[in-house]
Order: sequence, then structure tokens, then C-alpha cells
Amino acid sequence: MKILLPLFTVIALVVIAFVGVQANLHALFGIVIPYAAVLIFMFGFIFKVLKWGRSPVPFRIPTTAGQMKSFAPWIKQNKLDNPSSRLGVFGRMLLEVFLFRSLFRNTKTQLYPGTKLTYGSEKFLWLGGLAFHWSFLIIFVRHFRFFMQTVPYPIQLAEHLDSFLQIGAPLLYITDVVLVGAVTFLFLRRVFMPQIKYISLPADYFPLFLILGIATTGIMMRYFTKVPVVRVKELVMGLVSFQPVIPEGIGSIFYIHLFLVSTLLAYFPLSKLMHMGGVFLSPTRNMANNSREVRHINPWNYPVHVHTYDQYEDDFREKMKKAGLPVEKE
Amino acid sequence: MKNAGKVVIGVVIGFVVVFGFPFYYNLGKANVPPKLKYDTPAILQYEKQYGKKECVESKEFMSAEHMQLLNQWRDAVVRNGDRIYVNSRGESFHMSLQNTCLNCHSNKKEFCDKCHNYLAVNPYCFSCHIVPKEKQS
Repeated sequence: MKILLPLFTVIALVVIAFVGVQANLHALFGIVIPYAAVLIFMFGFIFKVLKWGRSPVPFRIPTTAGQMKSFAPWIKQNKLDNPSSRLGVFGRMLLEVFLFRSLFRNTKTQLYPGTKLTYGSEKFLWLGGLAFHWSFLIIFVRHFRFFMQTVPYPIQLAEHLDSFLQIGAPLLYITDVVLVGAVTFLFLRRVFMPQIKYISLPADYFPLFLILGIATTGIMMRYFTKVPVVRVKELVMGLVSFQPVIPEGIGSIFYIHLFLVSTLLAYFPLSKLMHMGGVFLSPTRNMANNSREVRHINPWNYPVHVHTYDQYEDDFREKMKKAGLPVEKE
Repeated sequence: MKNAGKVVIGVVIGFVVVFGFPFYYNLGKANVPPKLKYDTPAILQYEKQYGKKECVESKEFMSAEHMQLLNQWRDAVVRNGDRIYVNSRGESFHMSLQNTCLNCHSNKKEFCDKCHNYLAVNPYCFSCHIVPKEKQS
């Protein structure tokens, strides 16, 4: 049920777009819904991260995976895993965002050989995640050739490198294969590993199916059923230049693709996909461990009335002297 | 301390610079899809002779599948030495990019390049084949 519900939701989305286009609702699926989805994405995303930004930041978290800066010169600091400077934090964040170092430390827990609890290294989640995210990014960048009247060189370069195996015509993109493979792996992982299956929710399967649907429709358009790609660019250029047009003769598969992408965009700020913004706010990743150099004041401290010993002595000096108690000032 | 300031910087970079890029990049640029020209001497001659313009297959097929067709032709010629293509109308053609395709479509700049440049497609046909000479118009 946890798997079937999101699967049928994605199938329903495909059917909705297909029926909509058959019913001549091209303007709805080609203009209104994409614009609405982008607006939801932008404002939802900004709302979410600003809300997160307003919450107070905890103290520096020293329990990171590396030797912290020590005053003893012979103890070597791990500058990337336990940075004490902004530059170090920047480097750690960069590596986290681009190479997923936290996932690299992923472990698996097993009873082996029967009753003995063991922990082992588990790199496949890291590898699958890396393959998936990187190919998604390259595919995203590649799509900018549909969004620009003259295509800038870096985007052409990305496309050129992606298709450099020169298999078939139109040239096969490496990322198309890697993305579908990686998403399938990430899905099967959730199905076949009992512990992962137990904690997986419909919200975990839905983005996987949705992305698989987007990839499948995209691949079908490029390699198999074909759409008039010049007309497609005309439509997209109309959208980004705020002069929307619906060119004739674009097949419904394109509108299905577009509708699924719109769904992904609109769903984005409401879901776990917000880790795209959230990764930058991970407290164990974005704070320098400089607790011993800089005094950090608790941001939600309220003013506490303090009565120091000096004040106490001022108040009671005479009485203390009479009682024979030692005082610091005469 | 709160992250709000840095979040605002991140949002500005993320949305205004990256996400908004296609929107302002295209500002003031007209959305002009390419128009292909079918007026080379060979095509006009064909039209005069047969009363119609047609390619080896239908226009829809050619616009969608020409790259696959060319790939098949290349494989047939280079690997199997087979030079005869029989189309869906039962007509036979000499499989050759330079002598058949480019004989009619001798205007690469006004034909091939139009869509390819519009969509930033760089087919590698002409890394082996010779680009036909065109009159400067």
C-alpha cells in the first residue's frame, strides 16, 4: 500500500495530462499549470527557508568526525571535518553538497553470523545517490538549451560531453542511462532491504516514481515516439519570455512530461525534496567548531537578574563583620 | 545568532541569479522559431518536373526521424556496402548524404543549421563529409 499509493498517484497524473490534452486543454497544461507550479516552487521554497532562517541557531556542535583545533601544537587539526574557520566550513559544505561525505559514512547493521551484531560499511547508497543527483543536475543544465534563444557555450559543452559516446541518433545521453539506473536502484533498495522498507513512507516512493515518470517520458520523446522539438522550444521560449504560445502539433507525451515536471516543482517545497535548501542549514555541517575561541551567547537568553558576591558583601558587610565572617573589602 | 541573513543571501543567489537566469537572459529577444527554405535550384527543378516537393519520405517522418535514417544509411553503406534505399512509396534512392540529400538541400546554412543551431544540436556529419559550397546571399 505504501508503494502502490504513490505509484497510482503518478499513473493518475499521467492519465490526467493525457485526457486533458485530448480534451484540447493545451493552454491549461502548457501555460497555466507550469506558471502556477513555478510560482508555488519559488514562493514555497523561499517561505520555507526564511522560516528556517528565523529559528535560533544552536551552540556550535563539537561532535563532528575529526580532531578539533587544539592549543597543543603537536595535535593536528582535521581542518575539513572539524573546521574552526569560515573557509573550512565553506570547504566542508562544498564537499557535502557535491560529494555527499555524510552518506559516505553510512553504515549497515547486521546480525552476523546469526546473533552477533555487526556494523559494516555501506557505500551503495552514497554511490547511488551521487549517480542520481549528478545526472539529474546535468540533465537540468542540459535542458537550458530549450530555455535560451542562443545557447551559451557551457550548456553546449555539458550536452556535448554527455553525448560523447556517440551511440545511435539522436545521440544517447550517458546521464539518461545513469539516472534511470540510479533511481531504479534507489527504489529497489527501499523494497528489498527490510529495515529500509519498514521506515519508507509514500512520501519516499512518490518522488522516485515521479522522477522515473519524468525520465521515461523524456527518454521516449528523444529516442522513440519523437515530438517536433522546434515547436517544443517555441512553447518553452514563450513561457520564459512571458509571451506564451501554444504551437500546433506537439504530441501529448510532451504535455505529460511537462505536467509531471510541474507536479515535481509544486510538490517540492511541501516535501522532503526541500533537503536541497536544507542541506545548507545542517547544524553539524555549517558551523565552525570554535567554541574555545569565541564566546557564543545563547540567542534566546532573557535578561537574568544577577546578584554577584561583591554586591552581596556590600549589602551585608557590617553584619558579616559582627558575626566574625571574613570579608574581602574592609 | 540566527541564519536569516545568510538564508537571504542564499535565496538571492539561488533564485535571482540561477533560477531567474533564463527569464532575464531572454528579455527583449523575440521568440522566433526557425523557418526552413526549400527553394534551392534542385528542389525548384524537381517541383517543375513533378508538380510537388517531396523528400525520400514524408515531411513529418523526415523532420522527426532524419537522424535515424541517416544513421541507417551510414551503417548500410559503410558496413554492408548497400547503396540502394527503398522508401515507403516503393521508390529507390542512392544512399548518399552528399550526392542525394545535399543535392537537393544544397543550402546547409538555411536548412540543416537553422534547427540545429536553434536547439544547439551539433551533429558530426560534417566531420567526415564535405560541407557543400554555398552562394553568399
